[in-house]
This record gives sequence, C-alpha cells and structure tokens, in this order.
Amino acid sequence: MTPLTKTDAAAAETTTAVRLRAEHVRLAYGERTVVDGLDLDVVAGTITAVIGPNGCGKSTLLRALGRLLKPTAGQVLLDGKRIDKMPTREVAKILGLLPQAPTAPEGLTVADLVARGRHPHQAWYRQWSADDEEAVAQALEWTGIVDLAERPVDELSGGQRQRAWISMALAQGTDLLLLDEPTTFLDLAHQVDVLELVRRLHQEADRTVVMVLHDLNLAARYADRLIAMRDGRIVAAGEPAEVVTESMLAEVFGLAARVITDPVAGTPLVVPIGGHAQSS
Amino acid sequence: MAVLEKTPQRVPGRPALRTRGVSLVWRPRYVLVLTIGIAVLVLGMAANIGRGEYPISIPDVLAVLMGGGDSGQQFIILELRLPRSLTGALVGGALAVAGAITQSIARNPLASPDMIGLTTGASAAAVFVIVLGGGFGTVGGFLASAGLPMAALVGGLTTAFLIYGLAWRRGVQGFRLVLVGIGLQAMLMAIVHWLLVVAEVFEAARAYVWLNGSLNARGWEHVVPVSVALALLLPAAFLLAHVLGALQYGDDTARGLGVPVNRARSLLLLVAVGLASVATASAGPIAFVALVAPQIAQRLVGGARPPIGMSLVVGAALTVISDVVARTAFGATELPVGIVTAVLGAPYLLYLLARYGREARA
Repeated sequence: MTPLTKTDAAAAETTTAVRLRAEHVRLAYGERTVVDGLDLDVVAGTITAVIGPNGCGKSTLLRALGRLLKPTAGQVLLDGKRIDKMPTREVAKILGLLPQAPTAPEGLTVADLVARGRHPHQAWYRQWSADDEEAVAQALEWTGIVDLAERPVDELSGGQRQRAWISMALAQGTDLLLLDEPTTFLDLAHQVDVLELVRRLHQEADRTVVMVLHDLNLAARYADRLIAMRDGRIVAAGEPAEVVTESMLAEVFGLAARVITDPVAGTPLVVPIGGHAQSS
Repeated sequence: MAVLEKTPQRVPGRPALRTRGVSLVWRPRYVLVLTIGIAVLVLGMAANIGRGEYPISIPDVLAVLMGGGDSGQQFIILELRLPRSLTGALVGGALAVAGAITQSIARNPLASPDMIGLTTGASAAAVFVIVLGGGFGTVGGFLASAGLPMAALVGGLTTAFLIYGLAWRRGVQGFRLVLVGIGLQAMLMAIVHWLLVVAEVFEAARAYVWLNGSLNARGWEHVVPVSVALALLLPAAFLLAHVLGALQYGDDTARGLGVPVNRARSLLLLVAVGLASVATASAGPIAFVALVAPQIAQRLVGGARPPIGMSLVVGAALTVISDVVARTAFGATELPVGIVTAVLGAPYLLYLLARYGREARA
C-alpha cells in the first residue's frame, strides 16, 4: 500500500488550483465571535482534515466554506468567485456537503434519500432523468448499499445510515465534498469503513474533500493535509507529519502525549500519556 | 399529452417515466390511490347533491352533471345544490393542501393551519367584520361579498407573520412553530369570544354559525372566490412541492442542495396561508380537515411527507362526506359541517398526542 506517493504525485500536479479559499474570515453566531481573521486554501485533489478540541470553531469554519454561514468579515471564494454572490443552486452543482448529524424525514427509503442529492440538477418537470438515475445507481454502488435501496432509512444501523448520507452527497455529483464529522457515533470498524470510502473517492474519482474529524490518528492516516484549530484560529497546517507533533498536541489540545510512527501506515500516531506520566 | 416511456430500472424502488425533457418516478400506488380517491369524491358529491326535500338518485345526479336529466332536476342540482357541494369540496381541498404544506415545513403533523392559529386568525378578522362592521353591509355589492374574504386573508397573513416572527431563531424549528402557534391560537380565540360578547344578538348568532364552519346556503357567489384562489394557489403549490421535499431534510442539508431555504419557505407559507384564509372566509373554520386529511393522504400513499395532490382529494372528499352526515344524521336538523369534522378529527388529534408522548418517553 503506497497511499503517500500517490497523493504526493497528485498534489504536485495541482498545487496551483485552489478550489476553496477563506480570506480573513470572521465568523459569529449573533454577538459571539467564533472564528476571527482566518485564512485557508483548499487545493484541488486533496483530502483536508480539520482537527481541534470541542468548540474550537472547526464545524463553524466548515459551515462557512459550504456557504451555510455568512462571514461577518472577510470572504469565502469558490474557484475564485465569492461564494455568497453565486446562486446557491450553482454552488450546489460544484460543492456537496454533509452536515453534522443530518436528519431524514420519517418513512423515507434509502433510494429516495440518495436520489434527493440530485435536487440541484432537477426541476418540477424533471424529477428523475436518466442522468439522475445513473448518478444515484453509481452512488449506491460506491457506498455498497444497493441492497438497502428499498429499506426505510430509520431501520438502518448507524454505519449504514452514514453511508446512505454520504451516498446522497455523492449523487449530487460535485467534485468538492465537505463532510462534518462523518464518523461520529460510529464504532471504530465503521469509522475506518467511511474513511476508506473517502480515500477511494479521492483516489479513484478525484474528489477534493474537506472534513472535520475528531480522531487524530485517523485524521493523520487519511488526510493529505491537516489543519489544527484552537479558539477560532489555525495553529498549525500542513502534512500530517509536520502538524502532529508533541508540542502541537500540548498547545492545541492541552494533551501530554508521545507521537510515534503508525506501524501500518507510517503516519504519526498519538499515544496519550495521561495518568501514566509518572511511570514513563 | 405526451406518453411517458418506462425505461429499464437501475435504482431499486424508483422506476422512471420519461419523455423528452420530462421525467418522474413512476409510483403505481399513488396513481391507484388517487384514482380511488377521486371516485369516492365524485360519489360523495353525488350523494350530497341527491339528498334533500326532493331526493334525487345518485345515477340521476351523475346524469345531470354529465349534461343530461330533465329541466327540473337540472335546476335543483345546478342552481341549488351543486354550489354547496362544490364549495365544500373546494374548501376542504384548500384546507388540506394548506395543512400538507405547513406540516411538511414544520416536519410535524401537529403544525396544521387549524392547530397553529392561522384559521383562527382568519376567523377573528372575519368575526370582527361580521360583528363590528355591520355597517359594511350597507356598502353592498362587491365590497360586501369581498369584505369577509379579504378580512380573513388579512387576519390569516397577520397571524402567519406573527407566528413566523415569534418562532424565528436563526431558522424555524417545527416544535417552536407549533408551540408559538398554539399560544397565539389561544389569544385569538379570546379575541373572538370578546367580539361575540360585545356583539348584537343577531350578529353574534350569525358569527357563531359561521365559526362552526357551515356550508348552509352556499351559492355560486361562494364558489367563485374559492375557485379563483385555488386556480392561482394550487399550481403554485404543485410547482413548489419539489422544493418542499428538499426542505424536509433540515435547513443545512436543504441549503447544501441549493435550495434558497428562507425564500422557499416564505413562499410556501404564503401559499398555505392564502389557501387556508380563503377557505375559512368561504365556509368558516371547518375543524380538523387541515390536520387530518394530509395525514390520511400520507398513510394511503406512503412516503415521507403528505403528498399535495392526494391531500387535495382527501380533504375534498372528507368535507363533502362530512356534509352528507351533517345534513342527514339528525333528521330535519342540519348540523354545521364543522361539527362532524370535529367529531371525526378530535380522536385523531388525541391519537397523535398520545403517540408523541410515547415517543418522547421512549
């Protein structure tokens, strides 16, 4: 398995193509400023993972990148154009997003859920075109849920449901994907499942992915680029090996930890010290 | 009409019907249920028209509606009885479509126009006109007949703005909409009661019958305003139904799918308020149709939200059949149709509340 060489090559080809850019962005909910003066580039053909402690503003940042939240200062550019000036439907053809803990209406089937991803390509008279069907069939295959197509979404397990939602985002047919904590509520095996899927999307379908992740080790393993945030600022950004260091863990998470090399992937592996500090 | 073609299916559960540029999912169950619903509606209307001091059999009624029959029957049916049934069907259909829209927007079956105060807002304004505006009658002509519907529309819209404004908190959540609506509903009821107390006896009695939701003595002059409103608002509802489906997934997902959420929701709400207000102006706040009909339609068709077209048919059939019962169940005494729909609807409301309680505990 040589994922790193593959992504390095991809990155070298496309370093200049910035798909999403945040410029001096300030993000606030009402009076409360969550992110201030933040700059960020998302380069084509990469997987970017945003990490940081709870409440550091990483989900807020993702919402702003996906035009769900309008910055109170600064701007977000999608392919060089201000995202808030573009028709939201046009944005939806370029950029797909999966919110944190999305909710499906009761009684919906998986096929209907995934087909909803085609919304930006549809109109009241064009609700199920051949293109729609093709994209949905492909998205179901990608996520391995063809057999579940006629089942109600409420009957699925957590892992299956998450794959159904990712499938919906895929059916949208965008080459940019924003995923907000796609692995929450999943056990480790299903977390790996979902992230393997993300990697395949990137490698085989050339999707550019930005995701918020909680698990540092999985983030380091699956992302080309890590962004570590604390208190609404970016503290460190770069390749996993540059970002995941003992000093970063102390500064960003307030965590005493050792960083060793993942024996499987060769990426950094975080080993918390915690109560074992005395004995080590 | 272009014939849609079936093409080989790649996604299980979503067979397609397609022809140049037009495409939709083929749902045989919907078509079957809709056809049966329309048949029930037509028979219900025929039964309703046939009843009366001079009974006419259902086949005779249908014959007259198709253009046959003798001139006596034609007069009785077309001039005297058809407007009543037609008003009932149109009003019931309008209420049901309004309910389907608001229930979908709020993602809550309790959020129908009659539960969250929209029809009460329309009623309060209408009663205001009936009670305090007795003088309006002297204006006569157009103003007299347009006054009540206009007042109801203004009342419904004002209530909608109030609910929306009060429930707004960086978006609108279903349960907030319902709770705010129920609160406003109580205040509006208080206004209605106050108006009834201060009213002259004659006006109070008139208002009271109207408040129960009645189809008595409805003529073509009542059919026309509802028909015009439906002709404008129904196409809008059908056009927006596609967006309504996306709104069901919550604001963030809907925005991600390219739906201008706030604009779409405001438009849909406007259509729903328009339908509910015009319906209320024509026949009074007929209870529970807007709550129950969309839910029955959804259960019949299946799917994740009340379907607009089926709700229309169920609402119309429910109101017309309730009217048959209201007119015949108690011999010579004709009840307002709203009392029958209330008797039918109230147990369903209790069922909904009980189910919600169970889910909340689970």
